[in-house]
Amino acid sequence: MSEPLLSACGLAVRFGSITALDSVGAALWPGEVLAVVGESGSGKTTLLKVLSGRVRPEAGHVWYRAPDGERTDVHAMPLPMLRRLHRSDWGFVEQDPRQALRMDVSAGGNVGERLMAAGARHYGHIRDEAARWLAEVEIDVARIDDKPATFSGGMLQRLQIARTLVTQPRLVFMDEPTGGLDVSVQARLLDLIRTLVRRLGIAVVLVTHDLAVARLLAARIMVMQRGQVVEDGLTDQVLDDPRHPYTQLLVSSVLAA
Amino acid sequence: MNALSVRGLAKGFTLHLQGGTRLAVLAGVSLDVAAGECVALSGPSGAGKTTLLRALYGTYRADAGAILVRHGGGMVDLAVADARTTLEVRAHTLGYVTQFLRVVPRVPALAIVTEAAGAGNDAEARARDLLLRLAIPPRLHGLAPATFSGGEQQRLNLARGFAGAHPILLLDEPTAALDAANRATVVAMIREAKAAGRAIVGIFHDDSVRDAVADRVHEMLPLREAA
Amino acid sequence: MKGYNFAYLDEQTKRMLRRALLKAVAIPGHQIPFAAREMPLPYGWGTGGIQVTAAVLGRCDTLKVIDQGADDTTNAVSIRRFFARTAGVATTTRTAHATIIQTRHRIPETALTEAQIIVYQVPQPEPLYRLEPSRTETRRMHALSEYGAMHVRLYEQVARYGQIAISYDYPVMVNGRHLMAPSPIPAFDNPKMHRMPALQLFGAGREKRIYAVPPYTDVASLDFEDYPFRAGRAPHACALCGAQASYLDEVVTDDRGGRMFVCSDTDYCASRREQAP
Repeated sequence: MSEPLLSACGLAVRFGSITALDSVGAALWPGEVLAVVGESGSGKTTLLKVLSGRVRPEAGHVWYRAPDGERTDVHAMPLPMLRRLHRSDWGFVEQDPRQALRMDVSAGGNVGERLMAAGARHYGHIRDEAARWLAEVEIDVARIDDKPATFSGGMLQRLQIARTLVTQPRLVFMDEPTGGLDVSVQARLLDLIRTLVRRLGIAVVLVTHDLAVARLLAARIMVMQRGQVVEDGLTDQVLDDPRHPYTQLLVSSVLAA
Repeated sequence: MNALSVRGLAKGFTLHLQGGTRLAVLAGVSLDVAAGECVALSGPSGAGKTTLLRALYGTYRADAGAILVRHGGGMVDLAVADARTTLEVRAHTLGYVTQFLRVVPRVPALAIVTEAAGAGNDAEARARDLLLRLAIPPRLHGLAPATFSGGEQQRLNLARGFAGAHPILLLDEPTAALDAANRATVVAMIREAKAAGRAIVGIFHDDSVRDAVADRVHEMLPLREAA
Repeated sequence: MKGYNFAYLDEQTKRMLRRALLKAVAIPGHQIPFAAREMPLPYGWGTGGIQVTAAVLGRCDTLKVIDQGADDTTNAVSIRRFFARTAGVATTTRTAHATIIQTRHRIPETALTEAQIIVYQVPQPEPLYRLEPSRTETRRMHALSEYGAMHVRLYEQVARYGQIAISYDYPVMVNGRHLMAPSPIPAFDNPKMHRMPALQLFGAGREKRIYAVPPYTDVASLDFEDYPFRAGRAPHACALCGAQASYLDEVVTDDRGGRMFVCSDTDYCASRREQAP
């Protein structure tokens, strides 16, 4: 376990004259939750896209270590392989669950899709597994045949998480998973994510602008500003003893409850 | 044999938002704690007791010096250890009981302590015993601590801290909000931990508690503010 | 007919179509784009099928055209006349006598042979269109054989109706590789496509796609292990010929709820009645 699951070095991305990523490196070990924080435009979402293979960097590499120990360059792997990874070993939780869910397909169908994509062809088994995952994310199993359009925002996000975790991925990318939700709904979702991630030993790259979310979920944290990582370390180190001026600004800007 | 050995530790803070003001809090701190020994940090407010405790835990990153911790048969220098090593040391060797409970909402008290008690089959039973010993009644075990009183939260925090088998424990005012009976329980627990060979560094605001548990007192004085 | 090339289309267009057809045959079930021409009938009336038929039709061919199994419906009659006039080829209603059969919504009951070609009129060639709106994405899904989403549709069927209730245009896997829309034939006809001796060609005029299933190619209807594909038909015998195994149309006979079930394949029904003692 001394090898990282995902590692990156020298990542650079520019959008025109704007530098989105500037020689960014990162490493994530199995079962570890890494938070990437920073304000809008700091490059954290771009980093997530580059790490997950969705955006190709102009320079640098991202390496993924498969279960068999083989290390592959995420941006050099053939498209079918990358897409297969995204359907099986990897997951991506979008800020807006409507982007990831099929809104005209029942909750059960949404959860079962990744199983079917992986070759499951037994309806009974798929449905049982979908029901089990709905229960895991605290959605009443009686709603298995309801369309997501009838769900609340918090339920939609939990449904997206069930849909993502059903194939028991080793690595999940999360983009502001609690953004846009009421505070009370957020707390429940955070607790759920934390519990599932720990129990299943999933590694997570979590992008958030909310330091409280990072503190609750992540063991390690990276602070980004203008495309660069200005500070990183254990979450309590960075948040309780911020060294970089920008981190101090972020920490001091949080309203104390 | 020392469980914890600090040499020449320095720690200060640069306040970038206040014109780069530099606050030096610790300088040249050296401290040895043997297994089975309890050292009390003592000094006036502002002497850096809590800063030292947090530096020992790795939360405050040291500017200079060494924090050697006996871990897994060797010595690890937390002053320079990487994040994953620090986590590893915290998971198995170094426990920290803070003054305030910081937990995720909705997780029941018993689950919090059980998780800290480790993987064994008897983890939940030990957790239950600890909660009862710290006067947290069974009806609260299944509840999330958000609704607990300040004293109950602190006792839960203590139960969690003592539940693990960390050979080194850092205690930050463990009895601050406790009544006499519970204070006595905590004193007994600290003594038992020492007897079991655990090394303890603590801040005790209560002199009677300190006298009852501490083998030595490490005196600290505030540094003069450097420019 | 004077002023027109044989079978209406000019030879350059036919060459273009034949190239697309050859590609289609080479990659069973894969949709090949082609430059569909304006035809003298509206989209939805079989413009794709007509262009494919025109491209494969020779002077010695005998053409049969059916619509919903019937030779005598407007659409079938128009297309048959169209080729009789523009190509002067022989036409027939007899399945066994035809060398080329253009069809809308049915496969004849009489088994086809190696000497025959069946041309399907296709309104929507993309089996994934209801699941994925982007054509770029569906092309990629076909290229990578990513068909899990199609099973989501079947899952929804079982969840809602207790069975896979897709009764026509039931999706199939061709040659174990490409997902294909069989055109809106009833699911009852799907098994006939499997290892059919005749060449099967599909033309979608509005969508400008051609695809094919060469003779003796595997065609499997998608299903679940515990909800296997079933070729359903109305549980009746044909009221005219008594056939027990043919696909039936329900015909309303009066306005007092009277109805009867008759073979949808008119040639099959007529042949049976002729042969009956």
